[in-house]
Amino acid sequence: MEQVLEKHHDVEEKHAGLEGAKMGMWLFLFTELLLFGGLFAAYAVFHTIYAKDFEIAHHHLNRTIGFINTLILITSSLTMALSVWSAQTNRKGLLNLFLLLTILLGTAFLVIKLAFEWPVKFAEGLYPGGKEFNHLLQEGHRGQALFFSLYFMLTGLHGLHVLVGVLVLLGILFMALRNTFSSEYYGPVEVSGLYWHLVDLIWIYLFPLFYLIK
Amino acid sequence: MKTEHKEHIVKPPVYIAVAVALYILTLITVWAAGIDLGKILNTIIALSIASFKASLVALFFMHLKYESKLLWFMILIPLILLLILLALPILDVITRAGYFGM
Repeated sequence: MEQVLEKHHDVEEKHAGLEGAKMGMWLFLFTELLLFGGLFAAYAVFHTIYAKDFEIAHHHLNRTIGFINTLILITSSLTMALSVWSAQTNRKGLLNLFLLLTILLGTAFLVIKLAFEWPVKFAEGLYPGGKEFNHLLQEGHRGQALFFSLYFMLTGLHGLHVLVGVLVLLGILFMALRNTFSSEYYGPVEVSGLYWHLVDLIWIYLFPLFYLIK
Repeated sequence: MKTEHKEHIVKPPVYIAVAVALYILTLITVWAAGIDLGKILNTIIALSIASFKASLVALFFMHLKYESKLLWFMILIPLILLLILLALPILDVITRAGYFGM
């Protein structure tokens, strides 16, 4: 009897630990929401003031790349969710596989951004301080310059979050390979999953705001 | 006594269905952006679809659907702050003299 009670107590304690960890991550995600919220507010204000300029500038972005990156992030969220399920149901091989897939997809997102999308903008001089950017400012097209400033600030900050997510998941994969996780203990997998999904969630807004809306 | 509040485990078919819905909604939002309905309506449609997608991610991928009332209540606070943060500057800009040609 005592043993049963003790075991129950153990499960209770572990559960409380996981609940606390999740709540802590949610609190952090709230601050992330407001960090991006401030930048979204800046976007909204300047989009309202410089509607015409924003419409012209947004044609410079490559919609196909934005679309492909959206699909990549959604897929990575799926593999992340499946990682959590694998850990919860004690499927250790699948956990390693899905974590690796999530890391690879996150890396693919960054590679596409840094090797295919931004270099084109750099070559065109359409970045803060770039030749064409300064030209726009001098010609009085302040709104277009602002569009590219906001674009680099927001997608840059988001990209940084993807990078941090990839590094965190590498750590989780390392732990998983050392047999750390089981159906009894998978908190770190679930909590880093929450962070990864928020990064996906923010991109869900960035994609239409920069690539689609006129 | 059973461990009544053991974590709810979401099964893969649910995750896959959510992902498929997200793919389809992404296609829809790209398609809808190609139709010229006027700046305001296009923006509203794009942001509505984005919010629907974001809800799917939060509810299922982030397990919000299965979380405690306490967490739901907590989430209200940053959402209200976010609403204020976004709404007040926009209201400020559009109600200034000259914006609607006034």
